[in-house]
Amino acid sequence: MSAQTMPAHSTMANKVIEVEILRYRPEQDDNPFPQLFEVPYNPDMSILEALQYIKDHLDSTVSFRWSCRMAICGSCGLMVNNIPKLGCKAFLRDYYPQKVKLEALANFPIERDLVVDMGDFIKKLEEIKPYIIPATDDKCLSEGTYKQTPEQMEKYKQFSMCINCGLCYSACPQYGLDKKFTGPAALALLARYNRDSRDAGSAERMKIVNQEEGVWSCTFVGYCSVVCPKGVDPAAAIQLLKVESSKDYLIGMFKPD
Amino acid sequence: MNAQQTTTNQLPEKKYIRSHEPIFWGLFGAGGMLTAFLTPVMVLVTGLLIPLGLIDAEHLSYEKLHQFVSSWYGAPIVLVLVALPLWHTLHRIFHSLHDLGIKRGRDWQQVICYGFAFAVSVFVFTLLLQMLSL
Ligand code: SF4
Ligand code: FES
Repeated sequence: MSAQTMPAHSTMANKVIEVEILRYRPEQDDNPFPQLFEVPYNPDMSILEALQYIKDHLDSTVSFRWSCRMAICGSCGLMVNNIPKLGCKAFLRDYYPQKVKLEALANFPIERDLVVDMGDFIKKLEEIKPYIIPATDDKCLSEGTYKQTPEQMEKYKQFSMCINCGLCYSACPQYGLDKKFTGPAALALLARYNRDSRDAGSAERMKIVNQEEGVWSCTFVGYCSVVCPKGVDPAAAIQLLKVESSKDYLIGMFKPD
Repeated sequence: MNAQQTTTNQLPEKKYIRSHEPIFWGLFGAGGMLTAFLTPVMVLVTGLLIPLGLIDAEHLSYEKLHQFVSSWYGAPIVLVLVALPLWHTLHRIFHSLHDLGIKRGRDWQQVICYGFAFAVSVFVFTLLLQMLSL
């Protein structure tokens, strides 16, 4: 890694950028505290690479998550100057010569340093029945695959691009106020299955949508869609589901189940 | 039910409680539309065009307006123009109280907010009904 950050050695050698990390080691710290590091600056360097430089050369005890380094695994979410970002998709050049301030993702409990406990988020994702529920008079496997036209796929494709990074939960003020809210990514995922032509589970999932802690905790702030690194637009998914929920409410008035 | 499912104990189905928010959200949305489209027009007409003399103030004289409001077509228009933005506003206030972190007495906040919108709507409705000259 260090070899990668050194190519412009002679010219860049004395350019440094300050990186402040909010540290928290539960076994020894009562409260999180900021720690400042000086990292050699390189315009190609991502925030994640800066963290790796710090871990390799300055302080090996700093904890953070990452895997793919290419905005696909969703592990490296953190607050960069108070904005939820993927560490591998945010670059030092967009902050230099100012200092960058790194903190654990907001709205999640800190586990250690930049690592948060995503348990609640994962639970929400599981709760919305994120799998295709086929119609009961389903065809036999021997009858072949389910075909879908490009138009049918277009209806849900955008909402299926989520990488479960949790940035939208960190951006959502309603989730911050009330952890019962199902939240942006889970609702976008729910919309993804309800809008899939192969799925017959809409009625089951609408029960989740129709609750106060379903779509109705959302006040359409829209910040989730701003921070989403994959263009999922969870706010739009929720608005679509609000319309569906309203239709469902009207139907329910005349035909209670 | 097929035979396989009877061998395992099924998890109890989670209880889901339906929210009545669609009613208030519907009124909120309709009121918001009206406010967004009509307020600028109203401001333009009453705040600029009439004072500048580009529209004859006579068109909006008391007699003319009274006649409009007490007609069968004017009365419902005025009711909608007053009631919907009101429901919009109070819905917004109700949710803003939550955003400000005022957690106490959410049900009372709800009763007061929507109660106010409801009371004023009924008041305007009765008033218009009395003015109606068919
Ligand atoms: S919707 Fe976007 S911001 Fe939210 S978890 Fe999925 S990829 Fe991340
Ligand atoms: S490391 Fe995989 S998304 Fe950033």
